[in-house]
Amino acid sequence: MTCVRGFQQTSCRRFLLDFAAILCVFAVVSSAGGALVAQEPVSGGQTQRINELIAQTWADYSLTPSAAATDGEWCRRVYLDLVGRIPSVEELQAYTNDKTPSKRERLVQELLYGERYTGEYARNWTTLWTNLLIGRTGGTQNDSLISRPGMQKYLRDSFARNKAYHQLVTELVTANGRVAPGSEDFNGAANFLIEKVNEEQAAQATAATTKLFLGLQVQCTQCHNHPFNDWKQQKYWEMNAFFRQVRAFRGATELESPQLADQDFTGESGNPDEADLFYELRNGLLKVAYPVFVDGTEIPRSGYVNVVNRRAELAKLMVGSPYFAKTAVNRMWSHFLGYGFTKPVDDLGPHNIPSHPELLDYLADEFVKSGYDLKKLASWIVLSRPYGLSSQRSSNNEKDDPMLGGPPRFSHFYLRQMTAEQLYESLLIASQAGRPSGSYEQQEELKSRWLQQFSTAFGNDEGGEGTVFNGTIPQILMMFNGEMIRAATSGEAGTIIDELATNTKLKDPQKVERLYLAGLARQPSKDELKTAQELLTARWGDVRQMLRDQWWIILNSGEFIFNF
Amino acid sequence: MNFNTPSGMSRRHFMQHLAGASALTGGALALGHTLNLHANELKKNRKAAILLWMGGGPSTIDLWDLKPGASTGGSFKPISTAGEMQICEHLPMIAQQMDKLSIVRNMSTREADHTRGTYYMHTGHVPDPNIEHPSYGSLIAHQLMDQRPELEIPPFISVGGGAEGPGYLGMAWAPFTVDSNGQVRNLDMGIEQARMQQRVEALRRLESRFISSNRGLAVEEHAKVIGKTLNLMTSKQMEAFKVNLEAQEVRERYGENNFGRGCLMARRLVEVGVPFVEVSLGGWDNHQNIFTTLENNLLPTLDRAMSALVEDLAQRGMLQDTAIIWMGEFGRTPRINGNAGRDHWARSWSVVAGGAGLKPGIAVGQTNEDGTQIEGTSYSSEDLLATVCRGLGISLETTFTSRSGRPMKIAHGGKVISELLS
Repeated sequence: MTCVRGFQQTSCRRFLLDFAAILCVFAVVSSAGGALVAQEPVSGGQTQRINELIAQTWADYSLTPSAAATDGEWCRRVYLDLVGRIPSVEELQAYTNDKTPSKRERLVQELLYGERYTGEYARNWTTLWTNLLIGRTGGTQNDSLISRPGMQKYLRDSFARNKAYHQLVTELVTANGRVAPGSEDFNGAANFLIEKVNEEQAAQATAATTKLFLGLQVQCTQCHNHPFNDWKQQKYWEMNAFFRQVRAFRGATELESPQLADQDFTGESGNPDEADLFYELRNGLLKVAYPVFVDGTEIPRSGYVNVVNRRAELAKLMVGSPYFAKTAVNRMWSHFLGYGFTKPVDDLGPHNIPSHPELLDYLADEFVKSGYDLKKLASWIVLSRPYGLSSQRSSNNEKDDPMLGGPPRFSHFYLRQMTAEQLYESLLIASQAGRPSGSYEQQEELKSRWLQQFSTAFGNDEGGEGTVFNGTIPQILMMFNGEMIRAATSGEAGTIIDELATNTKLKDPQKVERLYLAGLARQPSKDELKTAQELLTARWGDVRQMLRDQWWIILNSGEFIFNF
Repeated sequence: MNFNTPSGMSRRHFMQHLAGASALTGGALALGHTLNLHANELKKNRKAAILLWMGGGPSTIDLWDLKPGASTGGSFKPISTAGEMQICEHLPMIAQQMDKLSIVRNMSTREADHTRGTYYMHTGHVPDPNIEHPSYGSLIAHQLMDQRPELEIPPFISVGGGAEGPGYLGMAWAPFTVDSNGQVRNLDMGIEQARMQQRVEALRRLESRFISSNRGLAVEEHAKVIGKTLNLMTSKQMEAFKVNLEAQEVRERYGENNFGRGCLMARRLVEVGVPFVEVSLGGWDNHQNIFTTLENNLLPTLDRAMSALVEDLAQRGMLQDTAIIWMGEFGRTPRINGNAGRDHWARSWSVVAGGAGLKPGIAVGQTNEDGTQIEGTSYSSEDLLATVCRGLGISLETTFTSRSGRPMKIAHGGKVISELLS
């Protein structure tokens, strides 16, 4: 019965090894255990409400939730999702050795607000948002207007200070200034739009802004009416009209930073007081459009920036829109739970009914009431019961699998692969390979160069890109033989392998145990220790070489690469 | 239990033993030998397909369906070809090969957005948030794999990226994406064979354990892809990627650029038995200065590589079994915009297809005099896919089962382009 508490009990792990029959027993025992309930957070009505509303759907669809994740699994998960890497052995043990009932709250508190983690928290969310705002390839090509370091600097400062979400978005949408750090008039927020406003009458700016911040996909309506709902082409061009007062400029020299700047819009028929634009219907007819928000709110038509600043008006209207908070909540939920309430996560249009409408509305309301506080929102979610469930499914909830097409019910944790960025940061921690020396910017530059091997830009006007860090062969080859893995398994001075190989206090099985904790946040099973013993024999008793093999094996396992 | 492994740990082996936590047994090598006996027989009539993907949306009105004299027509002139149609003057070498290919001038689709159009043209389905459909490469590789049990490298190779994924067929059918330089990264583990096999065996045990804990399909697929990777790492067939082994003059004929090398690689890959290769040539999203970009850059690149590929396949007697498809996600407006460019246009545009028994040398369908409308019948992505499948001998009755158990008909019920199959 002690199995429920999970992590420290070796007897529990043996269950996993064996057969389905035993797994069933395991599930029964786990769900019957009362110890879990005591771990439920006492604070936070929001978390409580999440639990209620999610449990309601379990009941509605006759699903039995999986047992709670083990301490080790939960700890690994929460580090990956909040600070972008797995925990070190010390961090893991600090958590698993903590016997107080409020240990989860304490860890979340520490990761979100502890000074020790401010930098890593900010880096993680900077990475996530950089990829959303300018893609994985934005600013990596020579002729790009984007300064990736500039975007990252702005975001890092914002997340380190836990800037309110509505302020962050307002700054991104209304930014003017030079995009590269170090220039006079630097404003890193301008990187979001700098490459999206000049071409095709700011089509990318229109599509990205409405999609990212309002969860509305208007891009199809650029050329024709929406295929799934009654949005008309008109709506696209009315939204597009908000982006006609802005222009991107290259620096005068190569050294000078590109600049995003407001510019009066004279209108396509040349009357700046009624600055209009025209678009073509599929039948060839031309129609006129002025700035009108998606909900029908019109703003004055002047194209003079000092009379009507269209982007500033747009930002106000967006923040006031019910879609605004919902989109943020949906994205955050999806980040933590693996799936949002809608598929895709950035499509909240009227044709796309959310899986948990009441919960989405509730969380959006609470998010607004909190002052758009992203850290609070994160803590409500990660302390919730669905976030804490095991990814092991049972016959009573296997059918809850969004990969099969249905809506998510969150009756077990949906595992997913680490991102390339999470892998990079996790390898540094787990292998103790040591962060490369140099400034923060230089370190990020090194990481960025490593990441570029996976991404390609399609070079079209939607900023489309692809990645081979998606579970295909190139990724496996990189994990098998790539530079980083070689460095991690080389046993060079200072790495975990070297430290363990030269450690005279630990016995061999304990050394193997350290590797399992570092990589998989669990103890090895008896069989796994036996395998290690076999490896040791195959290496003629050379412990260092055995540890190198063992570490390679762990890093290449699904258990390592998945956030589960 | 020990690590005495037979040499040649293969994917089959890795996969065979994933299911149970059994000890290692021999037999992998012997299995390989039996398969080789059948290989030569099967090599005959071995079908394959090469997709030349023109990312960004190529201006087919300027390449395959010119409108000289029309206000929408642009500045290029048509020239005669070895086939029954005329094409753009800046594709003179392809013109020589047009007795082996055909143009479908009556493509009409509805997706004029890159992401949606790319998905639609690759799968025959519009994007659906609840189901991912397999792309050309995945489903054709899946269907043709039985003909080549000797294949050790992935059956769907994407040169230069941009291919769509395997959808519900699973990651084992995902494109293997490589650069056109032919250097596949990270192939060498830098340790001796025996030690590698021991690592792999121990890894297999770890994978089995995780799989049996019932955490969903993705876990199993991770192990499958490891198996495929192992197969490829030790395969001699990897030589096919090395375009530099070709004579200098051959490489020059294809063009010393990414697309040229990609097409040459496609030929080499099909020769060793890869059933599907996709080669991508991007840069067609020409909202500005379209005519200079086409004339100076894209068309010379395309002309060299595509003509050399068709010529070589024909010369080797492979074209009768190898389908070639040239297409992008849509065409471009029959209207020149203020920046001397053309914008997205899906309503009336062209693709090129040939080989694998498709009728060569003709132009199917037609557009009106300024290219804005199709006159008569039009064809869709589903129709093209159905036609290619038929050419490759894949039954249109083939039905897959999606992950949710939904039956999914190959080519989504497309009707074949009858002109190409007479």
